[in-house]
Order: sequence, then C-alpha cells, then structure tokens
Amino acid sequence: MSFSSAVITFPGSNCDRDMADALEKVSGTAPHRVWHGDAELPQRLDFIALPGGFSYGDYLRSGAMAARSPIMQAVVEAAGRGVPVLGVCNGFQVLTESGLLPGALLRNAGMNFVCRNVALTVENNQSLFTSGYTAGEEILIPVAHHDGNYLPMPKRLTGWKAKAAWLFVMPRKSTARPGPLPGC
Amino acid sequence: MKVRVFVSLKNGVLDPQGRAIHHAIEGLGIHGVQDVRAGKMIELDVDASVTDDQLETMCKQLLANMVIENYRIERLAA
Repeated sequence: MSFSSAVITFPGSNCDRDMADALEKVSGTAPHRVWHGDAELPQRLDFIALPGGFSYGDYLRSGAMAARSPIMQAVVEAAGRGVPVLGVCNGFQVLTESGLLPGALLRNAGMNFVCRNVALTVENNQSLFTSGYTAGEEILIPVAHHDGNYLPMPKRLTGWKAKAAWLFVMPRKSTARPGPLPGC
Repeated sequence: MKVRVFVSLKNGVLDPQGRAIHHAIEGLGIHGVQDVRAGKMIELDVDASVTDDQLETMCKQLLANMVIENYRIERLAA
C-alpha cells in the first residue's frame, strides 16, 4: 500500500507547496492537500505535516488562530491514534498552541528576526524523524523566525515529551560551514 | 456592553519587548524606571447574554496562552 500523507494549509501558510513537493519526492505519492476549514482528514493517513508561514498573519500569537481551526481537532485525534505529525516553523507553533506539544514559543530574546543556518548535533537518532542520521552527527538547519524562543513547560519534561524535545542540541563548537541563507 | 481583557506575561517569563521599551525610555533621558513589562488589551463589545463563564472560556482557550500568560477581565459600565 502506498504512503498516504496530508499537508494542512491555513490562511497565511506559505511553505505548504514546498512541503507537498518534498513529500511527493521522497515518498513517490502526492500528499492530500487539506484546508484548515475542513472538519475531517482523509482516512488511513501515515503522516500529517503542518507547514510554515504566517498563519492568520501571526495575529494574537503565532499559531494561535490556526490551532483553533476546525481541522486541528481531527489532527489532535489522529495524533492520539499514533499518526506521526510534523510541524515545521509556524506549524510547530500551531502544535504548541493546540496543546499537542508542551510549552510555548516566545518572541526571540534579542528582539531580532533570526534568518540563518543553525548547526545542530543529533542527540537522539532513535526516533522516526531522526533515524536516518547517525548519533552525534552535525547537521545544518535553515531557520527564519521571530518567535523561536522555546520555553518548555513543565520545565523538566518527562517520557516521550522529553525525547521529542531533545532530538537535537546546539553543539558547543560548530564545525559546519554556513550555506546560503534560508528564504523567509 | 464593553469588556476589556488584559493579557500579560506571567512573572518570570522573559519579555524582550518590555526590555526593548525600557531601553528606549532610558534613551529619552528619563531614569528611575525599574522594569517594563508589555502586554495587550483586547476590547470586546458583547451582548448582555454573554456570561462570565463564556468570557473565561474565551480567555483560557484563545485570548491568552495559559502556559505563558495571565489575563484579567474588566467589565465596563454601560
């Protein structure tokens, strides 16, 4: 059976097409495109992806409105059944706002919009999202955000939440060479 | 009836916006301001049928993020 995935689009999502193209490239099957106002997800999904962007113009708080949109109830239920959910950038903010992930993302401590490549060390490669890496490998991730200051809550996470939160860490000394800057 | 909801960051949550405002106040040459915390005020015009419980629900589920923020509801006299 072919891989079945869904990309959720909110008003203001701007990386949904990139995400759909990437999913099709790696899985060989085009993902379902799901609108935020839909109440139901397609049946038998293997994977759900929430893209980046500026859903609802980041009004109130980043991801706050999107987390209350009709489709998110279905996403929360699917996650509860064990369907893997990936939130990238604004999609991650939607996941914290919906309560699927613990904690919150605050305004960047330096008040600046951060747009650069960040070197990370793979701390845990025993997960679905990191099993293609080797433990301790250093990777380069492009970031572009104004609210990327993650505040875990409770401060000491336990169980799967701790494992999910610490897949990567910032290395003490980066050896990765910076590449071209990410698009915002 | 007008209702005002004041949303503020909880104590201990870093407030870079407040810090930047504090810095700008000092730039005006005014000293003696010990700390600045920035929040937001949301004004709602509601029917009399909207209950206190419904206002609480609005605040807890949408207007404030209870992980990092507190809220205070103020009903204004008609």
